[in-house]
Amino acid sequence: MESLPPYATPLERIWFYAFRVICGLIFFFLVAPIVVMIPLSFNAQPYFTFTPEMLTFQAEGYSLRWYEDLFTSDSWMRSIRNSFVIGVSATVLATALGTLAALGLSRPHMPLKGAIMGLLISPMIVPLIISAAGMFFFYSSINLAQTFPGVILAHTALGTPFVVITVTATLVGFDHSLTRAAANLGATPTRTFFKITMPLILPGVISGALFAFITSFDEIVIVLFVAGVEQRTIPREMWSGIREQISPTILSVATILVMISIALLTTVELLRRRSERMRGISPG
Amino acid sequence: MVAEGHSDAFVAFERVQKSYDGETLVVKDLNLQIGKGEFLTMLGPSGSGKTTCLMMLAGFETATFGDILLGGKPINHIPPHKRGIGMVFQNYALFPHMTVGENLSFPLEVRSMGKSEREDKIRRALDMVQMGDFAGRRPAQLSGGQMQRIALARALVFEPELVLMDEPLGALDKNLRERMQFEIKHIHENLGVTVVYVTHDQTEALTMSDRIAVFDDGRIQQLATPDDLYERPENAFVAAFIGENNTLKGKVEKIEGDTCHVALDDGSRVKALRVFVEGEGARTTLSLRPERVRVDVKEGAADTVLEGTVKERIYLGDHIRVRMDVAGNDEFVVKVPNTSGERHFKLGEKVAVGWAKEDCRALDPS
Repeated sequence: MESLPPYATPLERIWFYAFRVICGLIFFFLVAPIVVMIPLSFNAQPYFTFTPEMLTFQAEGYSLRWYEDLFTSDSWMRSIRNSFVIGVSATVLATALGTLAALGLSRPHMPLKGAIMGLLISPMIVPLIISAAGMFFFYSSINLAQTFPGVILAHTALGTPFVVITVTATLVGFDHSLTRAAANLGATPTRTFFKITMPLILPGVISGALFAFITSFDEIVIVLFVAGVEQRTIPREMWSGIREQISPTILSVATILVMISIALLTTVELLRRRSERMRGISPG
Repeated sequence: MVAEGHSDAFVAFERVQKSYDGETLVVKDLNLQIGKGEFLTMLGPSGSGKTTCLMMLAGFETATFGDILLGGKPINHIPPHKRGIGMVFQNYALFPHMTVGENLSFPLEVRSMGKSEREDKIRRALDMVQMGDFAGRRPAQLSGGQMQRIALARALVFEPELVLMDEPLGALDKNLRERMQFEIKHIHENLGVTVVYVTHDQTEALTMSDRIAVFDDGRIQQLATPDDLYERPENAFVAAFIGENNTLKGKVEKIEGDTCHVALDDGSRVKALRVFVEGEGARTTLSLRPERVRVDVKEGAADTVLEGTVKERIYLGDHIRVRMDVAGNDEFVVKVPNTSGERHFKLGEKVAVGWAKEDCRALDPS
């Protein structure tokens, strides 16, 4: 940790400590609501508050009953399955489409670049409820509402902008003479893409894919409009869990989701660092 | 080595034109034949069209008009990856996610070559550029000069008959650049490969080339061997672009055979070699190399003797550079060899300068 330089004035000293306190507070308000759920999910009683037994750390105050509840419930298990099926499918589609779009948009002589870019990232900007309502009416008229393909396509549209943005950012630093060099050395355009371009923009593709997955994974507005009972995802199940039967089961779901998120972010960050090292950007 | 006709030219540009916007021509009616095994340099200022020509040859740009032939066949409709031409890029363009060995292996894998044959060729290519121990390194771990060598090895490893080089030494420091010039020259001599080299650096061009094509304004101004280009520039642009050059402007009074009698703008009379003048009465630019001017010349001891006034003197060890005012041109430079009889030049001193008719070339008036 950085320490105070010997020439610091009293005011600088005060700011030095105040800055750390402010940062700590910000961190606390961000993290506390999430952290507090974790012990509560082990509550032996069907309450959303800490019982006296929990506060005095007695073993009978804690239990795994809400986790048992979760894993024995058909509707919860179905929603977990749905979330992953929809999330992974939408991510694959959004990543493929978004990467191709970013590659096209980064070409120097691409006409209408700004307009196409704006159109592609509009799902990020348009209020979700408007997109959701629009998708509901459109998908209903072509029999896609309340089907898996419908929800997957809707989430693909939501996830694509993230991929377009992260891959475009990676391509800014991309040296286009590398693709020329590959062609000159005899590689077909397809080979050049998979052997040269793709490995080099992979960090951007991975980040974009992660954002696309998270977007689909915790999306509820579109699911409310477009999905039927069969397509209920985890957020949708939590939504009805809060409205219909107030049960700490959703705390156990929330805890598991937090763990998955942490694991996912860590994995992806490690992968990204590894591939940056491979590109020779940071020393190995 | 120099191709004379179309038939035996290895690379030929035939009436090639290139326009990016459909209005202005970047390359205007280019005709150029390059012989097999030749080292040809395209030399010119930026924007002269030289790089565009190289890119058309590599296939990254298409000619708006005209044909480019390789080995007698037109290549306008062959995509870059099927041309089999090696190229060294200005910024090296090494693949950063691959090791040096993998970079060199890439063109061989593309050609579905077996593993042992690949390894053999890679080792030979690396040894050729004295980088044999570096196969496992990544480009980011190499210095500029080392990357340059690897780029060269990669362009040669698949044994192309033609190698293009686009200002490959531009990013190197002066010493390294000079060393690499000689190495490239030696590799060219040993392999017998045809090289088309683009640069704006005339020293580089003079050092390495069999022939130099001087580009300006989308045209070849002169195509000649290095000596010819320096000794016998055909127009004022080439004279000014290659080497140091004194210019005197005047009007042609009389032409006798290959001798022009020129009246300079300040009234002095000069004899010059007729190279590129329209005829009697036309304006002309006289071109004169600084090392061909002698000082302290007696009247009648040279074809032309004029009086100059010393404006500046720079001591450079092996020679003394004197800037004078001669016939109204105060940028007139004379290089005086630093021989044993040390000659002092005082500012404002009047010096008789003279030169032979053959060294004073009468060119176009530009």
